[in-house]
Amino acid sequence: MEHVVIVGASAAGSTTAQTLRREGFTGALTVVGEEPHLPYDRPPLSKQVLLGAWAPDRTTFGPSTAYADQGIDLRLNARAERLDLASRRVDLATGEQVHYDRLVIATGVQPVRLRQGHELEGVYMLRTLDDAVALREALLHAASVVVVGAGFLGSETAAAARQLGCEVTMVDTAPFPMALQLGAELGSMIAQLHTSNGVRVVGGSKVTRLCGTGSVEAVELEDGTSLKADVVLIAVGSKPATAWLDGSGLPCGDGVLCDAAPDNVYAAGDVARWRSRRFDQDLRLEHRFNATEQAVAVARRILGKDQPFDPVPYFWTDQYDAKIQVYGVIPPDARVVMTQGNPAERKFVAHYLSGGRLSAVLGWNMPRETRQARSLLTAI
Amino acid sequence: MDVKIDQEGCVAAGQCVLAAPDVFDQRDEDGVAVLLGKPSSDQYDATREAALLCPARAIHLSE
Repeated sequence: MEHVVIVGASAAGSTTAQTLRREGFTGALTVVGEEPHLPYDRPPLSKQVLLGAWAPDRTTFGPSTAYADQGIDLRLNARAERLDLASRRVDLATGEQVHYDRLVIATGVQPVRLRQGHELEGVYMLRTLDDAVALREALLHAASVVVVGAGFLGSETAAAARQLGCEVTMVDTAPFPMALQLGAELGSMIAQLHTSNGVRVVGGSKVTRLCGTGSVEAVELEDGTSLKADVVLIAVGSKPATAWLDGSGLPCGDGVLCDAAPDNVYAAGDVARWRSRRFDQDLRLEHRFNATEQAVAVARRILGKDQPFDPVPYFWTDQYDAKIQVYGVIPPDARVVMTQGNPAERKFVAHYLSGGRLSAVLGWNMPRETRQARSLLTAI
Repeated sequence: MDVKIDQEGCVAAGQCVLAAPDVFDQRDEDGVAVLLGKPSSDQYDATREAALLCPARAIHLSE
């Protein structure tokens, strides 16, 4: 009997397993996950869970019986430590060895740490459910919060902390929040959104040191400024979780290089890097929808239902009352053209143009219109 | 086929409308998914695809 082993039990891993079963895979199916929790959804962690709108267990994918009912051997608390391609074997930290016929790598990413300061109490990172629960508890008792890094996670956490009543400062090396993801023009609008909600936004500034004895007390910036803090979130990006593949011979380079992997090895989600023909570039996307789309594509490829994988990427962020949605890929040099609505009313659709072609559409509180504008990207 | 949408969990991605435009739509004001009607049997595949792709797993089918 064919054995598919999926390493990683988050959105990509669990979706691959469930799609395989739903679409007729009858072989053995094992899902290996590092965390103690049943597979759960991450986007709500920095939104509903931090705000307390959802109890933590509401993020769980389906009931605990769903895996056994579908004949999925779900092994939690089991970190993969090593891959042996020649023997088709994954070694787990528990000492177990799992043999596979086909392997799906869905180990996601790990947050990047600062060189100093993580040992101080009050310094947090946010990736897991446990992280979110601990950070929420800290925010409920915090007066001054400093968020280091103003990407998705930093911006959403700054919004949540502010809504919980904390004094919040958000610092980034880029001039504006989310400038890397959305460009400077939209980044400046995100900065205004935070400023108007009472967050102090510090752009173009590098953190040099976290100060404190035992507990964090302040965050020191390059220009000598000291920001008082009793809670600090470090959200300075993440790296593909591929350390366990070192020495295996599997081609990696900022992620698993899907197009160079052996025929029986696949990757899905944040960890996967592949060539996009549509956008004529290598992509590795840390977006929730990408995890689902790639998981479904991998499951179907395993089932022999080959469809070319060339999606229009989609991501969103929710901050305060703003729902920002993007279809496509935003190149750093893109020009922004407003096409619908009115930025002053914080309700609009914008096009990103690069090299004479439309490369992304962004909507700010206009979900229906944004989805409709997506067809402009597939028409090319 | 019975379709239920968890509208509180819906993130307004609109992927269900892209997958099954005759079954789902989005509310004008906030983009939250709504059901246009009970799917007919020729819409079952598209409806399953919509449930599978939903990034909030907010569409629940019972068949």
